[in-house]
Amino acid sequence: MDTIQLILNGMMREALSPQTAAVAIAVIGLNIHFGFTGLLNMGQSGFMLLGAYGFAISIWHDLPMVVGLLFGFGAALIFALILGAPTLKLRGDYLAIVTISAAEIIRYVGRSALLTDFTGSAQGIPGSQYRSSFTGLSFFGSGSFTLIPFNYTDVADGAAWVRVLGWAIAIAIVVVLVLRLRRGGAFNGIAQAALMGLLLVAGVFLLFFLFPVPNQRTGVNGWWVRFVAWGLVLLCTFVVYLLVRSPWGRLLRGIREDEDAIRSLGKNVFSIKMQALIIGGLFGALGGIVYVLPASVQPDSMGRSLTFFCYTALLIGGAATIFGPVLGAVIFFAARIGIKYTAAAYVPDSIMNNQQTEQFSYIVVGVALMLIVIFRPQGILGNKRELRFNV
Amino acid sequence: MSDQTVASRNLADPVARRELVSGFDASPGGSKPDSILLVDKITRQFGGMTAVDVEHLEVQRGLITALIGPNGAGKTTFFNLITGFDRPTSAGKGAHWAFDGRTLDKTSASSVAQAGMVRTFQLTKALSAMTVIENMMLGAQNQAGENLFKSMFRGSWRKQEQEIEAKADELLARFKLYEKKDDYAGSLSGGQRKLLEMARALMSDPKMIMLDEPMAGVNPALTQSLLGHIQGLRDEGMTVLFVEHDMHVVRHISDWVAVMAEGRLVAEGPADTVMSNPAVIDAYLGAHHDTDLGDDALLSDEAFEQIEGEVEAEREAEEEQQ
Repeated sequence: MDTIQLILNGMMREALSPQTAAVAIAVIGLNIHFGFTGLLNMGQSGFMLLGAYGFAISIWHDLPMVVGLLFGFGAALIFALILGAPTLKLRGDYLAIVTISAAEIIRYVGRSALLTDFTGSAQGIPGSQYRSSFTGLSFFGSGSFTLIPFNYTDVADGAAWVRVLGWAIAIAIVVVLVLRLRRGGAFNGIAQAALMGLLLVAGVFLLFFLFPVPNQRTGVNGWWVRFVAWGLVLLCTFVVYLLVRSPWGRLLRGIREDEDAIRSLGKNVFSIKMQALIIGGLFGALGGIVYVLPASVQPDSMGRSLTFFCYTALLIGGAATIFGPVLGAVIFFAARIGIKYTAAAYVPDSIMNNQQTEQFSYIVVGVALMLIVIFRPQGILGNKRELRFNV
Repeated sequence: MSDQTVASRNLADPVARRELVSGFDASPGGSKPDSILLVDKITRQFGGMTAVDVEHLEVQRGLITALIGPNGAGKTTFFNLITGFDRPTSAGKGAHWAFDGRTLDKTSASSVAQAGMVRTFQLTKALSAMTVIENMMLGAQNQAGENLFKSMFRGSWRKQEQEIEAKADELLARFKLYEKKDDYAGSLSGGQRKLLEMARALMSDPKMIMLDEPMAGVNPALTQSLLGHIQGLRDEGMTVLFVEHDMHVVRHISDWVAVMAEGRLVAEGPADTVMSNPAVIDAYLGAHHDTDLGDDALLSDEAFEQIEGEVEAEREAEEEQQ
């Protein structure tokens, strides 16, 4: 029982972690590229790294935080312009080649010893150099602030029956929510909407109660970063919602389907693609900034693999959907930790030691991605009809 | 003939059209009294092969002009060139074309469409993962909501969006696609996609619509309705230029026919007379089409020698040309 509780707590902590939120923001950007416009950007980590560098280096060199943000976004914007200008007129594959290599170039430049004064080379920039101006804004009080009053390290003093009961209720709530949403009209009328709201709040409350989220002991003001990070995720999701419901979003999807058709209708395809590349890249830079807030700017932590995690999250959640990126990122990170902890807890060390469980978790995630692409190519939230004719 | 007499003519009246056309210069590249499209010295080479080499072509405003020719005559390449989807090899070396008084020598495909010359494609480009109405609404020009900064504020484009949708509904009703409004374009039949593409092109209020093989792969019943639509457009004052293989279709609806062969413009004329033009018959059937190869008389030695001689002479002539 305690082991299960430990695994679930770990998953909950990972799901709520600010870095998950950071990746979710980057995936929201990638969704504009890949999901809506069909741009195969294989270098989202490059945008993230540039955002992080712009932010961290400026503050490290005693510039105000706003300037740091501007530098981060500016770097990503220029990066997008440089990448897009030669490639967006060519077939999509070229953008993929150019972005993946450009992202690697950024990483290697960041690692280079010549720039130690700016990027800290391979060691990177420690978070303590740039974090204080951000944590200074916190209105959450001390770093040990607990978001919910009963932030237990264990549930109900370890009484198993309370947990089992709690899980049963949580599962029941989720099932009811899903059923009501599937039936449609779940928000018709005040009573119905109130019931849905009540169920949602109760569900979230129960999840927090059942899987307490102890502070990550990194000396960082955990809840403040979490609050800002998830607030930004919500904001970005809303912005993307506004963008894709508009005629501009319709153009993006048109370009994804057939560029020549859109061109024949008198639309400047190059400029629209460039706008999409820049917007997605700015989301990437924001993701990068959030990514380094609770950690440090490490060029190697934002390499190719991060781009592929972003793609995995996007495909799990569903490309070209509004909430897909967020859901995908949460599921990706939580599931990976779940697999890792489960393997560590139940597989004897003689078969798989702790280091191997880490790698094992990535293998399982990779296999899961393959299965999803084969059996549910539209992802969890995707619209199958949008993909059906895409043979 | 001055512009005013052309404008005053009612082009929906077949007699008036015939009268107008009878005054045209029926030689390849002949001038027209009121040409909406003017093309000069446009060539396109793929390696050593010259796909298009058009010296001069004018398209009369308000008529249906058909561009015909055998396979590989360069009709679609010519279409691509003048609509900005391809660049002529002769660009900067005398290539010049103008639409409605506006020079298009260096403009992109999108600005050609903005100028009022909208095309369709031989292989229909319906955006299959979008609904029919979304396809239609993409066709409208100057949408405020397509500006990135305005797009986030619905108030700035909601009204225009409603107008566009009303217009799209009207066009869909006209092309009998209204029932399919909310279906995905990918679920339409081939013929319906052709109709959708044509309707989408009309969303931009073009001055001239260029149809690349509108009848390819369309069943006879739908062909009739497509033809009706094309004639309807002409009667409303739109200029139509279309590429077609089917002679019956061409004869039935076109007011003027331009014939291409091996990249060149070989003949022009009204539909009924151009078909009997020797250059056209040569292009379609070959210069030796009236030689009966099953005729026993040809089996004599003299006949063989004569044919061999002809072939030899042709080969030499070709080599000299190169």
